[in-house]
Amino acid sequence: MEILASSIVAGLLFGMVLALVALGLTIIFGVMDIINFAHGEFLMYGMYTALLASQVLGVDPLLTLPLAALVGFLLGIACYKGFITYILRGPMIAQLLGTFGLMLLLRNIALLVFGSEDRAVHHGVLVDKSFEMGMGIIVPATKLAAAGLSVVAFVAVWLLMNRTRMGKALTATALNPQGARYMGISTEKMNALAWGIGGASVTVAGALIVNFWPVNPYVGLLFTMIAFTIVALGGFGSVPGAFFAALVVGLITEIPGFWDFLTYTLELDWMYDVPMTSFKYMWIYVAYFIIMVVRPRGLFGWKH
Amino acid sequence: MSSGILAIEDLKVRYSGLPVLQGISLHVDAGETVCVLGANGAGKSTLLRAIMGAQPAFAGRVLFDGREIQKHSTADIVRLGIVYVPEEKMLFSPITVEENLLLGAYVMDEEAQIRANLAFVYRLFPRLEERRRQAASTLSGGEQQMVAIGRGLMSNPKILMLDEPSLGLAPVLVDEVLDTVRKLKAEGMTILLVEQNVREALDLADRGYILQTGRIVGEGTGPALMASDQVKSAFLGL
Ligand SMILES: Nc1ncnc2c1ncn2[C@@H]1O[C@H](COP(=O)(O)OP(=O)(O)OP(=O)(O)O)[C@@H](O)[C@H]1O
Ligand SMILES: [Mg+2]
Repeated sequence: MEILASSIVAGLLFGMVLALVALGLTIIFGVMDIINFAHGEFLMYGMYTALLASQVLGVDPLLTLPLAALVGFLLGIACYKGFITYILRGPMIAQLLGTFGLMLLLRNIALLVFGSEDRAVHHGVLVDKSFEMGMGIIVPATKLAAAGLSVVAFVAVWLLMNRTRMGKALTATALNPQGARYMGISTEKMNALAWGIGGASVTVAGALIVNFWPVNPYVGLLFTMIAFTIVALGGFGSVPGAFFAALVVGLITEIPGFWDFLTYTLELDWMYDVPMTSFKYMWIYVAYFIIMVVRPRGLFGWKH
Repeated sequence: MSSGILAIEDLKVRYSGLPVLQGISLHVDAGETVCVLGANGAGKSTLLRAIMGAQPAFAGRVLFDGREIQKHSTADIVRLGIVYVPEEKMLFSPITVEENLLLGAYVMDEEAQIRANLAFVYRLFPRLEERRRQAASTLSGGEQQMVAIGRGLMSNPKILMLDEPSLGLAPVLVDEVLDTVRKLKAEGMTILLVEQNVREALDLADRGYILQTGRIVGEGTGPALMASDQVKSAFLGL
């Protein structure tokens, strides 16, 4: 029973972080129908920003969040202005291959600058601490804080998009770019803004994740896949959809825990022999495949 | 040289090399209501899109308050005070009527002015106030046209360009929409109206132009145009 409860709690907490990971991908797709294959690389830069800034400045990694947001915002706008705006003029295939190229570029710059070895956060107020949540459920403090702060950041972006004039202009551009231009809304500015917000939210997620996940230049791909799965499940372009889909995907990452629970409950010998944890993330790819076949529009439909 | 708040000089537009507007010149003076009449495919919408910077001009000039704007972006042109209510309406369908209207005031800075404009639109179209919290997509065709026009009024335009506002409406609603245009005219609004309801449009406009396959083939006051051969030929396609 404890295994089951622990797995559910861990899955939901990780899901909250994943919601922030996927947010930028769904916003960028919603505004300009572009799939950003480099999304996970943005997250990787967020991880390095928090790790290195906390080491260099000698502060807790959590205090580097504003810096990570700034780095992501500027990186997003730089990628849009310096690159995406040119490939937009090309055919659809150029856009797909273009962000794929951006992924390789960002990854190789990281390899060059940071090297290929794993690095991890070893010091911080939250590191090696944990919370007892009752029912024998113990949660690492880093994961709990990451989940809480992710929800705060997610809600902040959601409010920005729904309550501010700028956010409403962004929504209008997502719904009908030509109609928005006739309202005096510059599509160029809104696209750049989407990349800025998308970049900032995913680097903040990276800066939270690095507290419990080692970083190397290859870490992005897994998170790109996770974000794709979430956005496909929640509906491309849907922000609320991304949140609920992320919780589902968070639970999917805990399938090995559920398997253990079943194994102990049913006490079937063969179940002990299945090395579930060694393909922990396979289930995300399986889920992605199933969604694309069964319900390509996602749970909440495309855009809203 | 022709004056007017809006002046178009020898404007040419091509779609992938194909000439669609073949040298259009027209002007609209402040406070005037001018209509552009023409059969399907004559190039009326193309003309308005070119004025908005949504379709590049191949040659010619568009002058607004004496300034050349044919190279400006659509967003900048809206900021200057030219507002276009497109034939396709282009409402933001999943969001509410009021949110649509407020987006029309995107270029406005003063909150008090925006509120006043919203009140003005609701007075003009009381039905929109009743439906302000409804998604725009759930409205009837006539109500959607009211949102489109109302949204265009939200930024205090110096000139309002309406592209076939009566398109696809039942006869009662056609009259209602054109009555609204008449009211706006009475308020002193400068209007460029594209219509296919020749009689009604000429009745309410100060002047009109006849557009036929990308050329102006006639212009004049309402009664003069009404009696002209061009109107008959342009609309009977002779
Ligand atoms: N995007 C486009 N690409 C190519 N040709 C176009 C495009 N838009 C319009 N055309 C062509 O240009 C011509 C003029 O079209 P336009 O829409 O301006 O006519 P219109 O007078 O507004 O007609 P309607 O009364 O049907 O609205 C038509 O022959 C049309 O087929
Ligand atoms: Mg037209």
